[in-house]
Amino acid sequence: MNLLNISGSPHVHSDESTKKIMWRVNMALIPALLVAIAYFGLNALLVSLISVAACVLFQWLIEKFIMKVPSTIADGSAVVTGLLLAFNVPATTSMMWIVIIGALVAIGVGKMSFGGLGKNPFNPALVGRVFLLISFPVQMTTWPQVGGLFPMQFDLATGATPLGAFKEGALPADVTLWDAFLGHVGGSLGEVSALAILLGAAFLLWKKIITWHIPVAFIGTAFVFSGILWLIDPASYMDPLMTICTGGIMLGACFMATDMVTSPMAKSGQLIFGFGCGLLTIIIRNWGAYPEGVSFAILLMNSVTPLLNRWCKPQRFAN
Amino acid sequence: MKASEIIKNGLIKENPTWVLILGMCPTLATTTSLVNGLSMGLATTFVLMMSNIVISLLKSVIPDKVRIPAFIVIIATFVTMVEMVMKAYLPGLYDSLGLFISLIVVNCIVLGRAEAFASKNNVGHSALDGLFMGLGFTWALSLLGFVRELLGTGCVLGHSVIGGADGMLMMILPPGGFLALGFLMALINRIRNKKS
Amino acid sequence: MAKKAESSLKNMLLALTAIALVAAAALAALNAVTAEPVAKAQQAKVEKAISAVLPAFDRLEERTVDGTTCYVAFDQAGQMVGAAVSAGNDKGFGGHLQLMVGFDAEGSVSGYQILETHETPGLGAKADQWFQKDGKGNVIGRKPADGNLTVKKDGGDIDAITGSTITSRAFLGIINDAAAVFANINR
Repeated sequence: MNLLNISGSPHVHSDESTKKIMWRVNMALIPALLVAIAYFGLNALLVSLISVAACVLFQWLIEKFIMKVPSTIADGSAVVTGLLLAFNVPATTSMMWIVIIGALVAIGVGKMSFGGLGKNPFNPALVGRVFLLISFPVQMTTWPQVGGLFPMQFDLATGATPLGAFKEGALPADVTLWDAFLGHVGGSLGEVSALAILLGAAFLLWKKIITWHIPVAFIGTAFVFSGILWLIDPASYMDPLMTICTGGIMLGACFMATDMVTSPMAKSGQLIFGFGCGLLTIIIRNWGAYPEGVSFAILLMNSVTPLLNRWCKPQRFAN
Repeated sequence: MKASEIIKNGLIKENPTWVLILGMCPTLATTTSLVNGLSMGLATTFVLMMSNIVISLLKSVIPDKVRIPAFIVIIATFVTMVEMVMKAYLPGLYDSLGLFISLIVVNCIVLGRAEAFASKNNVGHSALDGLFMGLGFTWALSLLGFVRELLGTGCVLGHSVIGGADGMLMMILPPGGFLALGFLMALINRIRNKKS
Repeated sequence: MAKKAESSLKNMLLALTAIALVAAAALAALNAVTAEPVAKAQQAKVEKAISAVLPAFDRLEERTVDGTTCYVAFDQAGQMVGAAVSAGNDKGFGGHLQLMVGFDAEGSVSGYQILETHETPGLGAKADQWFQKDGKGNVIGRKPADGNLTVKKDGGDIDAITGSTITSRAFLGIINDAAAVFANINR
């Protein structure tokens, strides 16, 4: 069996080590974190800090006491996992301890049990997030409402997210597309603002850490598919622009589906990967039991990444 | 073969769950609580021991070419007996184990021990092998049931030990079964490897 | 070790037939012994559910109304005190949900028991407590004929089980269906 993924020559030498890439990803996540703190206040900051600290701690403990290998926490990948995990949970006080369990599952089960960074078949943050969603369904679907800027109290009013409300009947009348784009809606900590996420994604594209293929294929498929459904029946399907600006599509497409370890290497494979993510997301949102399907869609596509890598070999240079 | 060796094989060295990795279907499906795991283990132990005894007694009169159907008929008879008795006297338990009782028939451990042990050894040893293979299966299922119940609902034997709070639901759902089985297997084999 | 029986056709037929006969005989004998307790256990389960959901009664009468099994309860004077309706639907999160719903003579819910459920433990499975008298979504004493026996999201006034709207809807749907059956019980 071909265990190693080999790309054809020429190999361009790059000084970009894993470490540099991971810290740049962390930088790219900062705008979304700032928006979260602006809307959800101290809750967002504390949940993020606890999540990152727990991920780094668990990675250190596992490497030191179970695997007995030199620590790799400085490469920043555990910080990325911690931030993404925090971005995928609601910014509430009960998350401050639940997210620690999520960090243990993300790092322990999702990453280190496969041998560490680069060997995990599934995005660790999403493994942790889905574990929490199934294990703590009540706490994981209690969403803080966005009120004014920089709320200083911990007990924020809770309510449904646009997607949750839509699943139950209709979109709340006071949610505009502009709200969803800026992030002035209920939702997971780091997913609310499409604008902040796109800023971070632009930075990653500029630094050539990600390519456009997965995000464009993902968001494009979701847009077109939901657009077709909306044209057929605007009353029971959400309009396509609202679809891509609410929930986790932006965050998933730009930061989680593009995870180098768990997405295909060839451009054609990446396009298929993004297409699959978009398609599955819309299917789960409209006909599944959950209002949101981004996490499940990406995890399902993660599982076919090895097949896509085999099927879509990177093109040879000389051809 | 010494009796002590048979006992040790069943419980630890050739433990059906942790070492032979047989009978995974009931292992994963019925261990949502300690009581369920323990009951499934004991029901299987009864079938294992009785079928081992009967097959060992009949081994010289069963022609080789029809041994598998003969074994299956014997095993199925004991499984049906367990099912009838449980349905009549323990209806609550029967409701929660349900289908999986009948599936003991196709549990690889039972046929495996009949073929590998009872058809080659005397009655006393076969009975002992069935009993301790069954107990090996039972303690594995009980441990798994205990861990899943504790993590999944925060309860031990139905009594809350974390002050009424909910547990991690996933652990009593099918994916939690796989996770708990995998990590317990890793842990137990690590301990076993260290000892030897 | 004794000499192994040869795999001749005669031996094989004999061995298998003998084993099958003995097995069948043993099972038939055991079945004869357990048949009564099995029937009793099943009967007890239904009876327990009926008496848990109904006010005190003296005598039960089984009827089939609109294709649904009902147990009409009478007191010593022969007056109807209520009825238990065994109703269900497939709208639960995990599929089929079957309830025994009790009504008093006026048509108010006097109790319910879950007979069959495939709801998620810790979520939808909470329905066994949630809608009872001291639960958050109490339906006991309510009269479905007066309306409003739906979850708040659908315009009713019952609190849905947290995180389990689908189960709650299925549950209340069954209660309302059962009430419709109850209304026809003396027709």
